[in-house]
Amino acid sequence: MSQATESDVREDGVIDSVSGPVVTATGLDARMNDVVYVGSEGLMGEVIEIEGDITTIQVYEETSDVSPGEPVEGTGSPLSVDLGPGMLDAIYDGVQRPLDVLEEKMGSPYLDRGVDAPGIDLEKTWEFEPEVEAGDEVSSGDIVGTVPETPSIDHKVMVPPDSEGGEVVAAESGNFTVEEPVVELDTGEEIKMRQEWPVRQQRPSEEKQTPTTPLISGQRVLDGLFPIAKGGTAAIPGPFGSGKTVTQHQLAKWADADIVVYVGCGERGNEMTEVIEDFPELEDPTTGNALMDRTCLIANTSNMPVAARESCVYTGITIAEYFRDMGYDVALMADSTSRWAEAMREISSRLEEMPGEEGYPAYLAARLSEFYERAGYFQNINGSEGSVSVIGAVSPPGGDFSEPVTQNTLRIVKTFWALDADLAERRHFPSINWNESYSLYRDQLDPWFVENVRDDWPEKRQWGIDTLDEEAELQEIVQLVGKDALPEDQQLTLEVARYLREAWLQQNAFHPTDTYCEPEKTYRVLDAIKTYNDEAFDALDAGVPVEELTDLETVPRLNRIGVQEEYNEYIDELEADIESEIQELY
Amino acid sequence: MKKEYETITEISGPLVFAEIDEPVGYDEIVEIDTGDGDVRRGQVLESTSDYVAIQVFEGTTGIDRNSSVRFLGETMKMKLTEDLLGRVLSGSGDPIDGGPEIEPDERRDIVGKAINPYSREYPEEFIQTGVSGIDGMNTLVRGQKLPIFSASGLPHNDLALQIARQASVPEEEEGDDDEGSEFAVIFGAMGITQEEANEFMDDFERTGALERSVVFMNLADDPAVERTLTPRLALTTAEYLAFDKGYHVLVILTDMTNYCEALREIGAAREEVPGRRGYPGYMYTDLAQLYERAGRIEGREGSVTQIPILTMPGDDDTHPIPDLTGYITEGQIYIDRDLNSQGIEPPINVLPSLSRLMDDGIGEGLTRADHADVKDQIFAAYAEGEDLRDLVNIVGREALSDLDNKYLDFADRFETEFVDQGIDTDRSIDETLELGWDLLSMLPKDALNRIDEDLIEEHYREDETQEVTAD
Ligand SMILES: Nc1ncnc2c1ncn2[C@@H]1O[C@H](COP(=O)(O)OP(=O)(O)O)[C@@H](O)[C@H]1O
Ligand SMILES: [Mg+2]
Repeated sequence: MSQATESDVREDGVIDSVSGPVVTATGLDARMNDVVYVGSEGLMGEVIEIEGDITTIQVYEETSDVSPGEPVEGTGSPLSVDLGPGMLDAIYDGVQRPLDVLEEKMGSPYLDRGVDAPGIDLEKTWEFEPEVEAGDEVSSGDIVGTVPETPSIDHKVMVPPDSEGGEVVAAESGNFTVEEPVVELDTGEEIKMRQEWPVRQQRPSEEKQTPTTPLISGQRVLDGLFPIAKGGTAAIPGPFGSGKTVTQHQLAKWADADIVVYVGCGERGNEMTEVIEDFPELEDPTTGNALMDRTCLIANTSNMPVAARESCVYTGITIAEYFRDMGYDVALMADSTSRWAEAMREISSRLEEMPGEEGYPAYLAARLSEFYERAGYFQNINGSEGSVSVIGAVSPPGGDFSEPVTQNTLRIVKTFWALDADLAERRHFPSINWNESYSLYRDQLDPWFVENVRDDWPEKRQWGIDTLDEEAELQEIVQLVGKDALPEDQQLTLEVARYLREAWLQQNAFHPTDTYCEPEKTYRVLDAIKTYNDEAFDALDAGVPVEELTDLETVPRLNRIGVQEEYNEYIDELEADIESEIQELY
Repeated sequence: MKKEYETITEISGPLVFAEIDEPVGYDEIVEIDTGDGDVRRGQVLESTSDYVAIQVFEGTTGIDRNSSVRFLGETMKMKLTEDLLGRVLSGSGDPIDGGPEIEPDERRDIVGKAINPYSREYPEEFIQTGVSGIDGMNTLVRGQKLPIFSASGLPHNDLALQIARQASVPEEEEGDDDEGSEFAVIFGAMGITQEEANEFMDDFERTGALERSVVFMNLADDPAVERTLTPRLALTTAEYLAFDKGYHVLVILTDMTNYCEALREIGAAREEVPGRRGYPGYMYTDLAQLYERAGRIEGREGSVTQIPILTMPGDDDTHPIPDLTGYITEGQIYIDRDLNSQGIEPPINVLPSLSRLMDDGIGEGLTRADHADVKDQIFAAYAEGEDLRDLVNIVGREALSDLDNKYLDFADRFETEFVDQGIDTDRSIDETLELGWDLLSMLPKDALNRIDEDLIEEHYREDETQEVTAD
């Protein structure tokens, strides 16, 4: 988190009461959302209510043993993050304290209290290359130089959005710390690599545009049926064990974003450890560099303080916006937004606010939409284009989607990936229900798929959808009378649909090859199943009995395309084999 | 020691409110003296400059406005020493086995600090429980938290005991130092009956496990609020033995449902806005603070593996207790009423069960190269057979295809041969997987689409007439 710098001198106060993460203080002169340090250990907190002389504070650390009478010290600045080189390959808690630095400072694997650390290393030097020279006019947001932050990402140093800009008087290349000036303006302003930004405030942009490029996920069911756009929003609701986290991890690994911000909000510690251990070893499919080079992790696990769970999504999205301003496509995953909503509920109930639906505060819907509104495809104030895509997991109690967090989220987001406990139980993964899910981006993204993958992408996809729809209807009849009572063509449809489910929609995240499927391969798997479909229906028309067409030697090989690295050769051969096997039947 | 007050203003359920004139810390421990020598312990739930709310662990019966209140100036601590092994303690950590007082090496706060996610080590060491439904299908690893979702009248205790008896880490068995592979067992009982408690104690004594166990007993007739302490004492001891003393610790907590009831009681007494079904809105956070104390830590020897047991009210897994638990733990094992009435032992329903840490804990060098594929295929085939059972009731077996009939047979044999093994059978992972192949070989080769073709060649029983041998 950002260390308060320009605190205008204000009165400090004393603690009046302590109840879990909520502390009240008297005599404190602070503004709403100011950061304060609470108690003799200086625990970090934020002002969340002011009523007369009583200031209410949510504390981002454990409050055991804190007593009334201890001091509360104001900083005069709102909760902010440090922005600058050093955020990639980092892992933060919910208020941007680097967890590796905390481990070192605390000398213990357990999180202690009252230890603070800046979000970016203030001592490390970076190699700065200016992109402006003396005499150039720069205004707010403009890029003044670059820093090779990781092998994947050039960090763009920008004029802060709240600066007026001016004429450059000096810009030198060289090695600097993030606090040293790298560019000087005629106004006397010094531009440094480090900026600060309050997390609850959206960073400014020129305008929001309609997204037209997909965020390719490498997951067949997503790219093929329910694509999300770069700058789009998606929700993944599902009961426990249905695949929210694995889907989010898959996106973090394989999505073709420039930057990934992964927010582990109130979930398991080991899931973050898994990312920390795996990502440095994995290759970014676009650049070939280590995945960690484009990733920023925020981990506020379920056993870490509740208040920091509330703030972690804002910390994440502010970092995402900052990289967007450089012209990058950023993808942010939040697992799980329900924990954030619950943190809001917990704090609200301690404030004795009037509860809304299911005890959530009345402002739940407003907070959710404010957050998702920060996603989008933007024209930035410096003229570049960048995007923030937001994918939020939702954890509905009892798996019931009618609850407030799911419902309010679905009113905002445009992609809905509905996870299904039944599919998960039978280990159909990803267990995304193809009947319930939708993507409102499909039409606006089709031109991209037509241009970049295949002309008939939309038609083939439609054929797949129709076949799956028909299967759903036929299954209802089968449940009553059995499969054999169906007419032959319908039996064949069921067989084809089974391949769509098993060979196309299913994808094993843990198989080294199947884990990522490029759009071309997604298309070709579908097309191979259609080849079987077309050949088999021709044969059926020519009088071949359906039993023979559902008991072919070659067709089961469709289920093995996913694990083929050299899939083109494999599919070419398989299609030819299917054609000749069927044609020999008549 | 701080000031003593006789300023109780209100007593309500498990809560006592008292006026104070010197600040008292949040969570601080309090002693209330009823006047006749009876001292109750409690904890500060809310602290303001002029009054405090105190939650009393041992019940408020007998406390009146003249009782005196003493603040101890510190939060609740557990006395720690390796000598705890072999001891039986009450639900608040006092010896009840007639043995000597505990001579602590150290006293530690029972509200454990969160493990820094950066300092964790990802758990991936296979624990062989000898139970096929777990080892084969939902593998447990060292440092995992894997609860048993059960319901009243089901044999969850038998399964927990079987795991405690049989759990070992295979590779270490080969070494001559036998002790290395044994777990220290921490048993935390919350509100279970004397009879259930005896079941555990007898088994621990019979098998000699007691020597490497620490038992915390809060029984059904012990104070309910004490149950909020018991798991914290147990886990503080577990962390100490694991991360300071290098033990691999298996923590069994039963019954988490009683723990949650105690939370609800305190919430109600505080007149908090209740969450779903009257349980506190912060129950997720509270449970996470227990369950997340499982794991491994980079650079430390030991591990804390948790097997919490909970009984689902009304067999309903959408009830907040199993629901919130499932959202925090690394999977769950379901005990199934139908399988139990069919005499399957242990009656594990593998389909809704899950081990989230399985994928990294199995495979070549860990268990066997074919493990993941075999597991996937069995899941798919069993689910298929399960589905067909509904249909066969309507249309009869004759209306089904040959293959469908094979799936039905597969599902039956899976339950009676693979899952059903008896509480005293200890199967090695090899035996479990071979049994899996015996069953899978009932299906035609090209139906095994989840298994790598080379592995099919290696393991598939060509001789379909071969009789399956279960032990
Ligand atoms: N795409 C997938 N491929 C293989 N296994 C999966 C996939 N998605 C989920 N799983 C399995 O399901 C389990 C639960 O998934 P997870 O994402 O952790 O669920 P949730 O976050 O919804 O509780 C995982 O541990 C894994 O075994
Ligand atoms: Mg999850």
